[in-house]
Amino acid sequence: MIMPENDWLPAVFLGLMALSFLVYAILDGYDLGVGVLLPLDTNEHNYQTQRDTMIYSIGPFWDANETWLVMAIGLLLIAFPSAHSIILQTLYLPTSLMLVGLILRGISFDFRTKAPSKNKTKWDFTFKAGSLLATLSQGYMLGRYVTGFEDTLFGYSFSMLASICVTAGYCFIGAAWLVMRTEGELQIKAAAWAKKCNLLMAIGIFAVCVTNLTFNQAIMDKWLTFPQILIMVPITVLFACLFGTVHLYLTKVPMKNDVGCWYPFFCATLIFILCFIGLAYSFYPYIVWQKITIWEAASARNSLMFIFVGAVIVLPTIIAYTIFSYRVFWGKTTKLNY
Amino acid sequence: MLDIAADPNELSFMLSRIQFALNISFHILFPTINIALCWMLLFFKVRFNQTQDETWQRIYRFWVRIFALTFAIGVVTGIAMSFQFGTNWPGYMETVGNVAGPLLGYEVLTAFFLEASFLSIMLFGSERVSARVHTIATLLVAIGTTMSAFWIIALDSWMQTPQGYEMIDGVAYVTSWTEVIFNPSMPYRVTHMLLASGLTAAFFVAGISAYRIYQGDNKSSAKVALKFAMAVAAITIPIQIFVGDLHGLNTLKHQPAKIAAMEGAWQTEKGLPLLLFAIPDEKARENHVEIAIPNLASLILTHDINGEVKGLNEFIGEHPPVAPVFFSFRIMIAVGLLMLLASWLGCYFFIYKKQFPTWLLKSTIVMTFSGWVATIAGWYVTEIGRQPYLVSGLLRTRDAVTDTPPENIMITLTIYAIVYAFVLFAYISTLFVMAHRAINLEQKELTLSDMQNEKLLEDPNNASTGSAL
Ligand code: HDD
Ligand code: HEM
Ligand code: HEM
Repeated sequence: MIMPENDWLPAVFLGLMALSFLVYAILDGYDLGVGVLLPLDTNEHNYQTQRDTMIYSIGPFWDANETWLVMAIGLLLIAFPSAHSIILQTLYLPTSLMLVGLILRGISFDFRTKAPSKNKTKWDFTFKAGSLLATLSQGYMLGRYVTGFEDTLFGYSFSMLASICVTAGYCFIGAAWLVMRTEGELQIKAAAWAKKCNLLMAIGIFAVCVTNLTFNQAIMDKWLTFPQILIMVPITVLFACLFGTVHLYLTKVPMKNDVGCWYPFFCATLIFILCFIGLAYSFYPYIVWQKITIWEAASARNSLMFIFVGAVIVLPTIIAYTIFSYRVFWGKTTKLNY
Repeated sequence: MLDIAADPNELSFMLSRIQFALNISFHILFPTINIALCWMLLFFKVRFNQTQDETWQRIYRFWVRIFALTFAIGVVTGIAMSFQFGTNWPGYMETVGNVAGPLLGYEVLTAFFLEASFLSIMLFGSERVSARVHTIATLLVAIGTTMSAFWIIALDSWMQTPQGYEMIDGVAYVTSWTEVIFNPSMPYRVTHMLLASGLTAAFFVAGISAYRIYQGDNKSSAKVALKFAMAVAAITIPIQIFVGDLHGLNTLKHQPAKIAAMEGAWQTEKGLPLLLFAIPDEKARENHVEIAIPNLASLILTHDINGEVKGLNEFIGEHPPVAPVFFSFRIMIAVGLLMLLASWLGCYFFIYKKQFPTWLLKSTIVMTFSGWVATIAGWYVTEIGRQPYLVSGLLRTRDAVTDTPPENIMITLTIYAIVYAFVLFAYISTLFVMAHRAINLEQKELTLSDMQNEKLLEDPNNASTGSAL
């Protein structure tokens, strides 16, 4: 049964799902990024302390962050079951690789402090490797999805590019998180990482935009016609501002009294949101690019309604206790004891 | 084997089944400990709040770290599970997505976020929030894990005994959510599973505490934990056996083919014997080497010595493979009876006589992971017993499978198997490292920093040499 195009429920679920993916990208983005950035050097004691601090900074949050992925995939499954199975079957191998990455990294969190201490650095590297595997596969999946699973050289090279860009993006937001949550030597180091990733991400976003706009007629039509084209100007300016000011700020870290340590993280979040909205706008109303629209893929109204009611009640509660949890662990990172 | 190799789709099917079974079997190991362990932690915490007795604090601190480790593995393997439906069983969601989707959704909304958010406060928050908030956080995590079990088992039970839906164009549409959630086998399955979790956690706690005592740990915390766990097990196991019996009667009513396979009954019979042992032969449709107690199965299942029980002959082509169901069932029962023996003996010696005889400590150590064995065996009875259907009478497992090429599934299956073997090894060995750390830590009264002087703490031989400082 295909839903009529004016039904609001599928659109609402699309919105909820998109929001979950966005929240996931931001929240798990920073903790994946921190994982990828872990310094590899084993010689100096200093590096072990830095690794510890970096991992403490995300320790209380990663589990809830990852739950947003379960939520997003769950919503895809609940609301658009046929799209869910097409997407996941097509992305069979990268999905499994991502899961293996997430498994390795999730367990390293705990093993590193509980396994015999001589193995601690090994678990740290497992953590880093798992994070990297996860970010690379996620980027690759995004690339495949965006190109409509095109089985061409273009499709695959684009996905490779996306895989690097997404990793750079996650590293950027991860480094920005560290600038906000740490101090001293590590903060300076994080600022340096953030600067590099910032540049890489800017190039990446630019490349993705250009390829999408030139190679993809439908997307070109959506953006480059009047009046939409007008909005391109302020968006470009905004992006330039964000990237420029962050770069400037990062060269100045550490600031006196740590003024504005939240600024890079704030900008990173904004950049993620903007990119995401751009993507969403380009794709709407397709759930699988140019193959299935959200109305064609939607599940039964009764089922959507049943879960919608629950979501309306529970989501605000979830947001409330997420905020509570962030407030409990706010401030500069300290050792986690229990 | 040959015809499987000839048909790539058939091979995909077999591999997907193996992969699914591997993933879920691995996943369930960790939740089954955690669901009940969290309630136990709450108990330790509340006891400490009430009595201010250091011992409860110590027990809490030791077990909460093991809980955290177990939880992390439970979470990440669970995330892998949630992708399985899409990657390997697309037909499942396309046919019954209208039922399964919302139930899984409620699990995420009401359970996963709750657990994940309050876990961090429970683990790392004790210095940042008040004792009350900390206790509440522990309570919320416990509620979360239990809710999660409720939703997923409600779904699994619906797959066993579906109702409250109608089929339109080959897709299930829900007519009543109450009927879907409160399907006939749900109450039995949820209760049986929660009790199974209680037993698994109890023997797990008892086993590791017994190991600590056996290695010469004289502090009260190991002994108190051992006694507590034994008491929990001793109380839970009779209830479990009773509920298991009710569960079986419920299954007889709704899934007679499964019961026939569990009993190894090839023919419908009046006065069915209870088979203690047999080797079911699928080709000849009969058993070899039977050891049986006459009429007992009829008595248990129909409460009548000569009651009639339907045999597999009534379900040809529609019944599960007999041998795995038959043996898994016997393994579960055998472990259940062993648990009864072990826990009652344990209570008699450890609690009543206040003795810790070495032979009993050793057998308690052997029982550490007995809950895992019974739980996995029980799930195999349930799940293999439902075959060839994925959703009883509605969707065959064969029809739900992906058409992903078998090579791809082979690759992922291999990777998962390697990763899981590695994780399981690391998990179990880390448990023992942690136990040694606790033994040495408490003997030397290094009360505060458990990360100091690692070498000293981890060396197993230090336990016997170290005198209290
Ligand atoms: C009887 C209990 C039970 C069963 C049969 C299952 N689970 Fe589970 N699951 C739990 C009990 C549980 C739990 C107790 O709630 C866990 C384990 C440890 C934990 O952290 O939460 C969990 C974690 C967990 C997570 C991570 C949650 C998070 O991010 O916090 C996911 C996504 C799943 N599970 C998904 C599944 C799926 C798709 C299953 C079946 C096909 C499944 N679980 C079977
Ligand atoms: C946690 C304990 C569980 C265990 C140990 C378990 C084990 C198994 C096993 C061994 C099979 C394979 C049967 C066969 O093909 O011969 C199977 C099948 C299946 N089970 Fe479960 N299961 C569990 C819980 C669940 C739950 C909670 C669900 C869904 C909500 C579920 C859904 C399925 C599906 C979709 C299949 C079909 C795939 C297959 O045949 O391999 N299972 N399970
Ligand atoms: C000794 C007495 C026991 C009896 C009579 C019994 C009975 C049963 C029956 C009949 C089933 C299959 C239900 C079905 O799918 O139709 C089952 C499943 C199961 N059993 Fe047991 N059982 C016993 C002990 C145990 C023990 C000691 C454990 C674990 C510690 C356990 C764990 C399970 C689990 C996890 C399942 C699958 C999930 C479920 O159906 O709840 N059982 N049991």
